[in-house]
Amino acid sequence: MTAHPFDRPGDAGTLLADLLAGRLPDARGRFGPFGGRFVPEILVPALERLERGAREALADAEFVAQLGREARDWIGRPTPLTPARRLGEAWGAEVWLKREDLAHTGAHKINNALGQALLARRLGARRIVAETGAGQHGVASAAAAARVGLPCTVYMGAVDVQRQAPNVDRMRRLGAEVVPVRSADATLRAAIDEALRAWVADPEHTFYLLGSAVGPHPYPWLVREFQRVIGREARAQVLEAAGALPDAVVACVGGGSNAIGLFWDFIADEDVELVGIEAGGSGAPGASHAASIACGTPGVLHGAQSLLLQDEHGQVVETESISAGLDYPGVGPEHALLARLGRARYETATDGEALEAFAECCRLEGIIPALETAHAFAGARRLATTRPGARIVIGCSGRGDKDLPSLAARREAP
Amino acid sequence: MSAGARVEDAIRAANASGRPALVAYLTAGFPAPARFADDLRTLARAADVVEIGVPFSDPMADGVTIQRASRAALEQGTTPTSILDALEAMDPRPAAPLVLMSYLNPLLALGVGTLAQRAVRAGIDAVIVPDLPLDEAAPLAEPLARRGVGLVQLATPVTPPERLARLCAASRGFVYAVTVTGTTGGRAAIAPGTLAYLERVRAAARVPVCAGFGIRSAQQMQALAGHVDGVIVGSAIVECLERGEDPAALLEELRAGTEDRR
Repeated sequence: MTAHPFDRPGDAGTLLADLLAGRLPDARGRFGPFGGRFVPEILVPALERLERGAREALADAEFVAQLGREARDWIGRPTPLTPARRLGEAWGAEVWLKREDLAHTGAHKINNALGQALLARRLGARRIVAETGAGQHGVASAAAAARVGLPCTVYMGAVDVQRQAPNVDRMRRLGAEVVPVRSADATLRAAIDEALRAWVADPEHTFYLLGSAVGPHPYPWLVREFQRVIGREARAQVLEAAGALPDAVVACVGGGSNAIGLFWDFIADEDVELVGIEAGGSGAPGASHAASIACGTPGVLHGAQSLLLQDEHGQVVETESISAGLDYPGVGPEHALLARLGRARYETATDGEALEAFAECCRLEGIIPALETAHAFAGARRLATTRPGARIVIGCSGRGDKDLPSLAARREAP
Repeated sequence: MSAGARVEDAIRAANASGRPALVAYLTAGFPAPARFADDLRTLARAADVVEIGVPFSDPMADGVTIQRASRAALEQGTTPTSILDALEAMDPRPAAPLVLMSYLNPLLALGVGTLAQRAVRAGIDAVIVPDLPLDEAAPLAEPLARRGVGLVQLATPVTPPERLARLCAASRGFVYAVTVTGTTGGRAAIAPGTLAYLERVRAAARVPVCAGFGIRSAQQMQALAGHVDGVIVGSAIVECLERGEDPAALLEELRAGTEDRR
């Protein structure tokens, strides 16, 4: 597919400088050719209000201090940077884990959910709606909504409701209403469609707590700002513990919120390799996957221009991954830009590689990672084989308890 | 002739005969691609303008009816290209001017230049893109306008006055006034503030103003008559086709309530 008129070329050097100087996204919500605001007219005033409100809040020392206090006292930040000695020995590398699995509710999602929930209350919203794939963002949203005292409705694909049952129960116990979505492919993408429809129905009083670094401007920027704490902490921690920057930082990428949060403060460190791992699905020839950067083409979905898994007629294709949280046909616009600039590299890990890495991490480190996170471990392991002795920071984005029932069902399956 | 002028003229002609124009919506390829040309001709005889919906995998502004129709049409292989092919091959031509409604991504895949070229040959006079707000519209609006094809802008009850003025000034063919906050296909009665809102849109617009979203009854038509230049009926027609009924009868019934009540 050739570049289309919404896909503006830009000079790579200038764009990287702009990004590092904080000039991206630009006034129109663009990360170079990607991003923007492609939504029904009815959402435009709400997005403009959100952007204004978010900019004011993030510039308000009192809001930032409140967020910092809640991150410390309620989420439990900072999360540790754990040396993974046995994995390191097995791989012939120096491995560090940024432990977002130890954050309250068990994944990085809570950083953004707390930030947006505080923002929702500040902006006078009457209720919160959210989408969820693996259920981690749904749980985080339900918890954050409870913390700030707002009602919460979570849209979740019917397929994901099945494969992530423990998280559905957690959301309901946290007081959220969980709505199974049966349209389209009944996974994360359908849940986003439905959350957007709920927002369209009440744009003035509903706050859409979007869980990944995707969607119309200002979400990719806003989510990144709330997730940057991961990389800010990790960078300081690795400098303190190892006395030097890592050779590589590896994170899994679905929409890409944990990866952009971990990567961001390392972007200026030219010698630090940034590696995103997308879901490769079964890996069988011709089979579906969720590798939007590796295999996608420019297109517009869920309000932004980015890289997209689509057919030649611009229809979004169904994705496939063992990991519900990575099972998404698009990717955040800032990752699409980092890929195009060559500042980050994106690879895939198959379901099988992720399962192998999952088992290895459990047994060698005593940590049960989420299946999403296991993709990052699989990618890091591959990197270690080509770069012996490398110092690698892995984004340990979430804990895997939620995946145990579906793994057990998989084992029992004929 | 300015972009979208045939649509504008058809709406004004209906108004001149004392009634709001009827804009009938059809999801292309639903219930079956083989019926498309016949259904389109039927609607074009019963309505003043026909809006042809291009099915999309992620129709975020649409309610369940059009979601269902879109999915069925896609499963039967409907694409922007197959729609344009079918339109170009139609003989006799549909009796009313045509408007194409598509989410942005299928149009990008087709190519904006190709769309502009082929729209003219297919008899499409205007295009509606529900996920392309005014601020992002120029790369599509300009190539279409060069071929005389209009880009219709949508206004909503929450659009601020200054933005409404800009939307109305940019809109070609007509202004699509969304009557509700919500997706297509709802069942609400005309809400108290709606008529005042429609009058605001009309005051801001040079082109005709057509109301749409959730319009399905003669009572709603009567409430709107005199406050709008046209009414868009979508999900109700799709449901009619779903049930195997004649959409022309539905349009006749809707029209009956508004004769001489402009």
